[in-house]
Amino acid sequence: MLTEQFEHGLAAPICLTWELTYACNLSCVHCLSSSGRRDPRELTTAECQAVIDELQRMQVFYVNIGGGEPTVRPDFWALVDYATGHDVGVKFSTNGVKITPGIARRLAGQDYVDVQISLDGATPEVNDAVRGRGSYEVALRAMRNLADAGVAGFKISVVMTRHNIGQLEEFKAIADRFGAQLRITRLRPAGRGAGVWDELHPTAGQQRELYDWLVAHGTDVLTGDSFFHLSGYGSALPGLGMCGAGRVVCLIDPVGDVYACPFAIHPSFLAGNVRDPGGFAGVWQHSGLFRELRHPQAGGACESCSAFGSCRGGCMAAKFFTGLPLDGPDPECVKGHGGRALASDAAAAPAPRPSPDHSHRTAPHRAGEHRPVPLTLSRRPPVPLTLSRRAPVTACNADPLAGFVLEP
Amino acid sequence: MADNLTAERADKTVVTAPADDFADDALADDVLVEEVSIDGMCGVY
Amino acid sequence: MACAASTEPAGRFDLDAPWRLDAQVRVRPEAFGALLYHFGTRQLSFLKSPALVEVVRSLAAQPSARAACTAAGVPAGDLMRYARALQTLAASQMICKRDAA
Repeated sequence: MLTEQFEHGLAAPICLTWELTYACNLSCVHCLSSSGRRDPRELTTAECQAVIDELQRMQVFYVNIGGGEPTVRPDFWALVDYATGHDVGVKFSTNGVKITPGIARRLAGQDYVDVQISLDGATPEVNDAVRGRGSYEVALRAMRNLADAGVAGFKISVVMTRHNIGQLEEFKAIADRFGAQLRITRLRPAGRGAGVWDELHPTAGQQRELYDWLVAHGTDVLTGDSFFHLSGYGSALPGLGMCGAGRVVCLIDPVGDVYACPFAIHPSFLAGNVRDPGGFAGVWQHSGLFRELRHPQAGGACESCSAFGSCRGGCMAAKFFTGLPLDGPDPECVKGHGGRALASDAAAAPAPRPSPDHSHRTAPHRAGEHRPVPLTLSRRPPVPLTLSRRAPVTACNADPLAGFVLEP
Repeated sequence: MADNLTAERADKTVVTAPADDFADDALADDVLVEEVSIDGMCGVY
Repeated sequence: MACAASTEPAGRFDLDAPWRLDAQVRVRPEAFGALLYHFGTRQLSFLKSPALVEVVRSLAAQPSARAACTAAGVPAGDLMRYARALQTLAASQMICKRDAA
């Protein structure tokens, strides 16, 4: 069992996520990092380079860069080049706002850079209800630019919800149209997702439908091991099949905080900070939290279940943010144990609140409300955003577009 | 199988793996190499 | 140079041929052995024996896989087990036969 290898700690994470900025031009209702406003304590360019130097020494194969919207950082492309120039591959996720034809051509020439476009609906109606008006068009335009520039096999990443499960075939068709690879992932009650999880997470029937569809598509469709909790339905889906938090994965956030998992941005899962004396390596190797997570985990209430061998109790973050005990069933347990646990705990203490919150103040997210964010994106090509003023860029400038330079 | 679960702490038990001794290669075919899809690890991207 | 997909019949690893790691493979030592990552195929492999890691690392410098195993201290009785492991790596293009020098 691979779990035995993880007990001693890997020399470096395998799937390291690095959120470069909390700034974002969008306000997706389910954002796992509650992004929108830049945090003034963001790592500087020099600090980011120092992290990359560490990743090189640790022989990290590649880093998954996201945010917020990472491309709104003025130094984004320089940091990508710095990483690939120091033996660290880059896979980055974007809503597409800066993927111009010129950028797409640049990406086409880079061997160790992969790009992923976020899309949460196969139609503007479904997508924009989650990601904001105009965001579908921005994403599709980015995909066209990538395909036209010959960027082979870029990814399209979809968060599965109650409203888009019925569009699985259409998502596949969009990916096929652009020569892209479809990736579907699980909605977790993390970040702003906590407030919309009740109304957006797939129904039990839809979960079954999703599982069957994944089995039918084998390795054609990627999942980032998002759905290992569904393995209780039958044969295991491809992937590690267990929670990797603190063992094979972790997150570096925009201010250098290191969390066990990108879906667990909360003080309970904070392992340290890259600005600590030992840097990122010190946190990865010596954090008490990580040592705890690497110890064989108790299955607790789940151990006697016939599905436990496949589902391993499901997703730690999903349990945490729905207020369920970590040694019990996943809230979406296919046997229904999680649903029953949630119902019986209804009168118990409220679920932990995700923190910190970098959401835009002008479009405050209110738990239980699901309405489209009133964002208007100008349609003037090639860049869809028009800045009417340029504020001075200081460390205190929380404007996500501070220093945003429109490039042809 | 696991008839020797010991409670080290009240809230923790050690789950013993099935007897799959790596020194015993009769049944373990590719036990020296285990392949995992890089996408098969929990992450956002 | 990238390894082509193996045309060897499954399960029959040619121990006496010269082999090498694919140029796009990175090897990271770990306590249990090593992690191999192929930047082309995005395949990740766990090598769960330090001796196997030594074999893989030394393939290009040895006249044959068999010689690499011997040099790494693999006992004769274990050779078939290591051959099966090498076959797995060949099937996923992590290693391939060297062209005749």
